[in-house]
Amino acid sequence: MKNSSKFLLFFLAASLVLSFLGLTSCGQQNQGSGGALSSDAASQVYVPPGQYDKYYSFLSGGFSGQLSVYGLPSGRLFRVIPVFSVDPEKAYGFNEETKPMLETSHGFLPWDDAHHPELSQTNGETDGRWIFINANNTPRVARIDLSVFETAEIIEIPNSAGNHSSPFTTQNTDYVVAGTRFSVPIPQKDVAIASYAKNFKGALTFIKVDKETGKMSIAFQVLMPGFDYDLAHAGKGNSDGWMFFSSYNSEQQNSLLEVNASQNDKDFIAAINWKKAEEYLSKGKAKDFPANYTHNYYDEGKQMASSETLKSVKVLDPADCPGMVYFLPTPKSPHGVDVDPTGEYIIGAGKLSTDITAHSFTKMLKAIEDKAFDGDRFGIPVLKYDAVLAGVVKDGGLGPLHSEFDDKGFGYTSFFISSEVVKWKVGTWEVVDRIPVYYSIGHLSVIGGDTRKPDGKYLLALNKITKDRYLPTGPELCQAAQLIDISGDKMKLLLDFPTIGEPHYAQGIAADKLVPRQKQFYKLSENKHPNAALTEKDTKVVREGNIVHVYMTTIRSHFSPDNIEGIRVGDKVYFHVTNLEQDFDVPHGFAILGMQNSELLIMPGQTETLLWEPKSEGVIPFYCTDFCSALHQEMQGYVRVSAANSNTPLKWWLGQEPNI
Amino acid sequence: MKSSALIFLTTTILFFTLGCGGDASAPAANGNEPKPKSMLAGEPDPMQDKGIGPITSLELGATVDEAMAEKGKNIYAKMCTACHKPTEKFIGPAPKGVLERRSPEWVMNMILNPEVMIKENAIAKKLLMEFNGSPMANQNLTQEEARAVLEYFRTL
Repeated sequence: MKNSSKFLLFFLAASLVLSFLGLTSCGQQNQGSGGALSSDAASQVYVPPGQYDKYYSFLSGGFSGQLSVYGLPSGRLFRVIPVFSVDPEKAYGFNEETKPMLETSHGFLPWDDAHHPELSQTNGETDGRWIFINANNTPRVARIDLSVFETAEIIEIPNSAGNHSSPFTTQNTDYVVAGTRFSVPIPQKDVAIASYAKNFKGALTFIKVDKETGKMSIAFQVLMPGFDYDLAHAGKGNSDGWMFFSSYNSEQQNSLLEVNASQNDKDFIAAINWKKAEEYLSKGKAKDFPANYTHNYYDEGKQMASSETLKSVKVLDPADCPGMVYFLPTPKSPHGVDVDPTGEYIIGAGKLSTDITAHSFTKMLKAIEDKAFDGDRFGIPVLKYDAVLAGVVKDGGLGPLHSEFDDKGFGYTSFFISSEVVKWKVGTWEVVDRIPVYYSIGHLSVIGGDTRKPDGKYLLALNKITKDRYLPTGPELCQAAQLIDISGDKMKLLLDFPTIGEPHYAQGIAADKLVPRQKQFYKLSENKHPNAALTEKDTKVVREGNIVHVYMTTIRSHFSPDNIEGIRVGDKVYFHVTNLEQDFDVPHGFAILGMQNSELLIMPGQTETLLWEPKSEGVIPFYCTDFCSALHQEMQGYVRVSAANSNTPLKWWLGQEPNI
Repeated sequence: MKSSALIFLTTTILFFTLGCGGDASAPAANGNEPKPKSMLAGEPDPMQDKGIGPITSLELGATVDEAMAEKGKNIYAKMCTACHKPTEKFIGPAPKGVLERRSPEWVMNMILNPEVMIKENAIAKKLLMEFNGSPMANQNLTQEEARAVLEYFRTL
């Protein structure tokens, strides 16, 4: 268990007891569910061999640090995209091209904890261009290019200390946000932990996304009181221009939070008017704070990532910027904050409550106009609860967390403690259906469920615990997703399947938005890698002191060169390997005995670089690791390694040894 | 020399690769492939075989278009030389004199549609065997690029 929030641990035992006794909140029997699965469920998720799924779903890999790609409704796993953790299969973080992607102000980091995938949007609909995901531990946001399914960019978030309310997007991907879960001294300094209330602040970061390239830059941070900022969602439609962050620990406790941060009857959803913030920014109201953060970018032309360090960030203090931030009081430590497709309702799920709170955006604007305030916290006006409340979904279940929406005016909320999804009517707030899930659901994901245009066909429940659901695999069990048909009046469980890591959140998109965008291979004519050999004629081996560059090519089924002599013990040998294939699905691999990093897996038209440092004399084989043709086993070669002081001439060839 | 295991593997793969599709029109296994006119009885004339792919008809000019051939030479150098030397056998056959033994359509289709050719065209299937099962790679040339490469072949 490595859950995002401590309360999950707190309720684990209770949850399991409830689950196993079959005492879910409405008395539905768990054991009935398997048998109750209607016999046609199988046909509804069956995608015949060779046919495509209707949807892609991107599931966070949780503590694997990666992003997984599944098809729906089949639940077939297509790909795991390495993002925040190294991946030796794809050489991510091991080859020279991608090492800079994992650079941070703390140095090279091989791991992180990925939580929330967020698809880019245009006019409030997913557009299939990019998907963003947050690193929770060492705060970062990544952008993945969905034409190649590769991580294109990672930006570190300064002044943040647990990037949980992230990376939620505005309806035109003007910004993705990064709110800190942990408040810390800003800038960081050595102070007593007990000075929390005095010294600790929470930074809410707005990352600008370039409309054309997707390139990210930190536009500004809003310096907030030292609470824990948990999740976020942008306004849409009329409420476009606002971003809503849930918070807990308005008690400002720094120890035993499971008790001490649950004292106040209400915490806050912070409503940030980001268009107002832009005005203050242009008026020069922001202060330049010293900072230290990296911005890593993969250049697809050069096929190479680079990392730059930035030293300053613009910070807006709400005290200097009236009208920029308001607090919406929300009961019981709200976790999810979700906005319905019309943009009118802001849904707060108080995780220690049985109710779900709906605020009205229209009423919020009126309350601001009328100054219907209940005092302030740290100079930020607290709106009167009754003045902004639209309604309450009463007694939905135990432990509400997240809500998403369909295209027919219904909301769906996950209930962690009672392990169920509850369907309710937006506007009347009445519960209309519920379905048990197995077990302990965190997020749920409707295709397009946080956009203006939800697709009302499927809901994916993302469950933390599987216990008895699958064949046991020792003490560590898989986590799981469950596919629920939401197209009818009653929700229907269709399928469940194991996931990688902990699938915190997922987002889905219709396949026909993504399939036409797919790149099939990299064109050699566009390969601007500085060390590419674009034909076999360009292959060579060059010594510079004890550094040796091997400019090598691959094609079915040989390396050029495949025999190299004159390498010495103590050399640093860089194999720059270019795959000359120009066809779909013909990668070649490269591995050499004794290498201390990982294989290369080189897509057609791509160049990748492996560093090898031979430690002893001998003749060392290398080979292609990806079965490429009937002659794949012949795709091999040798490097002769001589003593450090030897005079073995540097030679290389393919087929016939040259006369030197 | 290959080990018997590898011969077995290659043969097995070829068996499965080539095992589909009708084979009634295939030439006799001992056809002396490179010589154009020495057909066995009943074997189709390779010069009449246009192959399978986008090119169904192609008239070569009376003389070589030098500009086009020069362009084709560059494309050939970039996209083909990893496996084909102009005048000698390498991974695959040499293109020198190819138009004396193949129709221009066949050559174009072999460049543009090799996956289907090595599965369904009798000559291409036999060549695959002859060249140790090394498949002709599809380098995704445009028709115009393939045409230029063909013109270059006329100069060899």
